[in-house]
Amino acid sequence: MAAGATYFPIATTTLGSAVASYQFTSITGSYTDLVLVINGSASVLDRSIRVQYNSDTGTNYSYTNINGYSGGAISQRASNTNHTRLSAALPTTAPGTIIAYFQNYSNTTTYKTHISRGGGLGDQSMTDAFVGLWRSTSAITSILIFPNTGNFNSGMTLTLYGIEYA
Amino acid sequence: MAITSIKTGSSFTNLIKYNDFLAGNTAFQPTAYESIATVTVGSGGSSTITFSSIPSTYQHLQIRGIAKSSRTGSARNDLIIKLNGSSTTYAHHQLYGDGASAAALGTASTTQGLLGINCVPSSGYTSQFGVVVVDILDYLSTNKNKTIRSLSGTDNNGAGFVSLSSALWYATPVAVTSIDLTVDGAYNFEQYTKFGLFGIKGA
Repeated sequence: MAAGATYFPIATTTLGSAVASYQFTSITGSYTDLVLVINGSASVLDRSIRVQYNSDTGTNYSYTNINGYSGGAISQRASNTNHTRLSAALPTTAPGTIIAYFQNYSNTTTYKTHISRGGGLGDQSMTDAFVGLWRSTSAITSILIFPNTGNFNSGMTLTLYGIEYA
Repeated sequence: MAITSIKTGSSFTNLIKYNDFLAGNTAFQPTAYESIATVTVGSGGSSTITFSSIPSTYQHLQIRGIAKSSRTGSARNDLIIKLNGSSTTYAHHQLYGDGASAAALGTASTTQGLLGINCVPSSGYTSQFGVVVVDILDYLSTNKNKTIRSLSGTDNNGAGFVSLSSALWYATPVAVTSIDLTVDGAYNFEQYTKFGLFGIKGA
């Protein structure tokens, strides 16, 4: 079996001030999967951390999620939306963590599906998992990340990694 | 013979002497995460995806991939795993959501491990694939049973599943040398299904 080192950082940022969104652009097509790691907090207690790909603001997205919080476990879905979602678990009082996997992001044959997990404590104590669909066969070249309302707080780190298959 | 000096008037000027071959450059640090093998299903489909002769040079394994089944219509199937060809001594539990409600499922003493419930969409979902990330820690251990943890799901724009699964292979502990992936219900994996096996090194 062939072996090759992979899992390389593509881009990383630590927010120096609060921002309404952050975008990774000009994403290389050299990898097979992308991994996005977010650690930080939001300015407003939000219910959704959202993404759009390649500046597509059309209703070409959907998602399904499972969420566990003090009130129990729930599952929700939405279809024909103008964004998909990574997590609902970013508090305002302490950093939450989101890890999202964008599988086969650079192929031009299949629609793009991501899967992600999030977790946070404080005023947004929950753990969740999302699977989301972008109904496009285009390779993902940019990812816009934004909360439903408010900002991402200063100090949030966002890192994008690339994984190449053998 | 080592070069120990350069005379004045030579054509070599402004040279810097280094004591090693790095010459001021940063030493290369190899990553601990390596791609071992990849299987991409062709136009004829495939009933099983197999990773065999898995090297024993890593600490942990990870499987990543996208999958679609040959089942017709609009449905989803489970993704199944077997280790070392064994069809005995598995158990598994899932926490999953179908977009309407969250639920849990558990099975003891069964013939296969379950990686993801309803995470492989059928051929009726054009261009839509399920995704999975699987971790098998300490795969070489001869002291510990193998726990297989996975995050999986598929969204089909109005239907979908997302699940967190834990499967256990509780046979007498041996190193994992092969992995078989299948779709329950004896369906095939469709073209463009793709799985990669990765190794993670220990210190």
